[in-house]
Amino acid sequence: MEPRPRSFYVLAAFFTLFLLFLYGPTLTIAVLSFQGPSGGLTFPMKGVSLHWFSDLFEQQAVGDIWGSFSRSSVLGLMVMATTVIVSVMGGLAFRKRFAGSGVIFYLIITSLVIPSILISLGVGLIWSQSGLTVHWSTSGLGAQLTWTLPFGLLIMFAVFNRFDQSYEEAARDLGASPWQTVRFVVLPIIAPSLIGVALFGFTLSYDEFARTLLTSGSQNTLPLEIFGMTTNVTSPVIYALGTLTTIFSFLVIGAFLLVVWLMDRRRKAQGSDAGKGMV
Amino acid sequence: MERVHRRLKAALLVALRSCCTGAPFLTSDQTMTSSGIIHTPSKPSARALSRHSVGWLLASPLAVVLAIFLVAPIVMIVMVSFWGATEFSIYPAFQFDNYAFLFSSDVTYRVFFNTFKYAAITWLFTLLIGFTVAYFLAFHIRTFKWQIALFLVCTIPFWTSNIIRMISWIPFLGRNGLANSALMSWGVIDEPLEWLLFSDFSVILAFVHLYTLFMVVPIFNTMMRIDKSLIEAAADAGASGWQTLWHVIIPLTKPGIMIGTIFVVTLVMGDFITVRFMSGSQSANVGRMIQNDIGLLQYPSAAATAVILLITVLLVIAILLRFVDIRKEL
Repeated sequence: MEPRPRSFYVLAAFFTLFLLFLYGPTLTIAVLSFQGPSGGLTFPMKGVSLHWFSDLFEQQAVGDIWGSFSRSSVLGLMVMATTVIVSVMGGLAFRKRFAGSGVIFYLIITSLVIPSILISLGVGLIWSQSGLTVHWSTSGLGAQLTWTLPFGLLIMFAVFNRFDQSYEEAARDLGASPWQTVRFVVLPIIAPSLIGVALFGFTLSYDEFARTLLTSGSQNTLPLEIFGMTTNVTSPVIYALGTLTTIFSFLVIGAFLLVVWLMDRRRKAQGSDAGKGMV
Repeated sequence: MERVHRRLKAALLVALRSCCTGAPFLTSDQTMTSSGIIHTPSKPSARALSRHSVGWLLASPLAVVLAIFLVAPIVMIVMVSFWGATEFSIYPAFQFDNYAFLFSSDVTYRVFFNTFKYAAITWLFTLLIGFTVAYFLAFHIRTFKWQIALFLVCTIPFWTSNIIRMISWIPFLGRNGLANSALMSWGVIDEPLEWLLFSDFSVILAFVHLYTLFMVVPIFNTMMRIDKSLIEAAADAGASGWQTLWHVIIPLTKPGIMIGTIFVVTLVMGDFITVRFMSGSQSANVGRMIQNDIGLLQYPSAAATAVILLITVLLVIAILLRFVDIRKEL
């Protein structure tokens, strides 16, 4: 291997600083969440304790965080399932140009770039003017989909752009029906990307704030609850909560990545035996 | 020197041509018509019809969601922006009062200027940092495995809570925070700096912290598609590292830069929560103005501001889209 140029070391240092910038603050609050009972929001640490974590389990101290956590989790799963199904169907639809596909494409882009508060305000107004009650599982769900679907669809577009159509032709030549082709050929091939879409669907919903603000009704989701805490909680309990929910996010991301990795490994193990002689 | 330029130009042309011909977005249209001409020249319309209905059938859930939760809210906001409001309720009307008030107020222009200022400064920093990071990953990391691993490390924060990431700046920037105590112990300053937290500085810092990923991802994606032999060709033709960067890599990375720009600019322009939290409610942008009106139940006035914001954002995007064809970049 040829020696690395000097620029490599400069850029590597820059990259390290960037990672420090990205993760440093999160690590800091992780440390501070172990603050002693008399400690405050900044250093120095006044002892080390689990005091603030145990506070999270007392209703009076922090409000309804466990209720909001379970709501956010359920909503995240609902958004995830819907995003995967709708994105796959949309991705399949966009493989061929159809009347109006251009309009839908630009709506998807609009959905991505529109300021979130417009969705929140607009959906809130529609619901209130038609006498409906906003609820996280109806208006909240729809409002969040306008944020997760563009990501899911853009991933699907990218996937189908690189999709080798000869697999489908082979399936058709062997007599597979259109549904069989999708079910037994297309879906297994794009499965790892679907895990990616699901990851986007869940995590973007779980952390979504602006589009849920006016559409979730009286029961808060977790980000709304946390934001409410920032205005009236001035103790490290908020760091403890931040640390826990970040750990939860990392676990979810890790689980998704693990699934992709396992699928990839299985595929390699069971892959083609072409050229290995007669079995 | 002249020859270097000519060769670089030739290399660029080759790259551009491969950009244009590689991975077209929708090819089935053409294959269908060409096969149609060969096999069933008399009845192409029957197949075309079923193609449209299959497309709509598959896209219908998507269309329904977009209609109810994107198009209808926009229509509703445009409608309500002409309505009137009392202190407690809003009533249907068709009046231009909300817009007249909006355009007659100095505050509006100041707030819009502030919004553009945040967007421009954030854009500059995210672009410089994002480009450098993506360049390092794409051209200096040698194995694909490490590229993907480091890329993932850069993108993971995107999947965690923005609000927590904002809160986590408090112990750094506060009056008794890490930054102030470090600077004081080094003797750089005698008194804690007041402008570190709850100021324009902290707002922009948080924006850069939250949104640099949106630059890294598309730029890295475009850079990974650059044919490495182009860079060798540039080096063989005698280009220095900077010349290669300026005349080969940056032009080829432009689509990624544009997509990142669209993300960052629209996210910053539509934001209200970062500005509110990081400025301690001391600065305002358009999103904050809308949120204030909502808090006062002045929905028509909030809607009018929202309409102007949407038009502004869409205009900015329309200008940016002139430089890039999104469909080609997927």
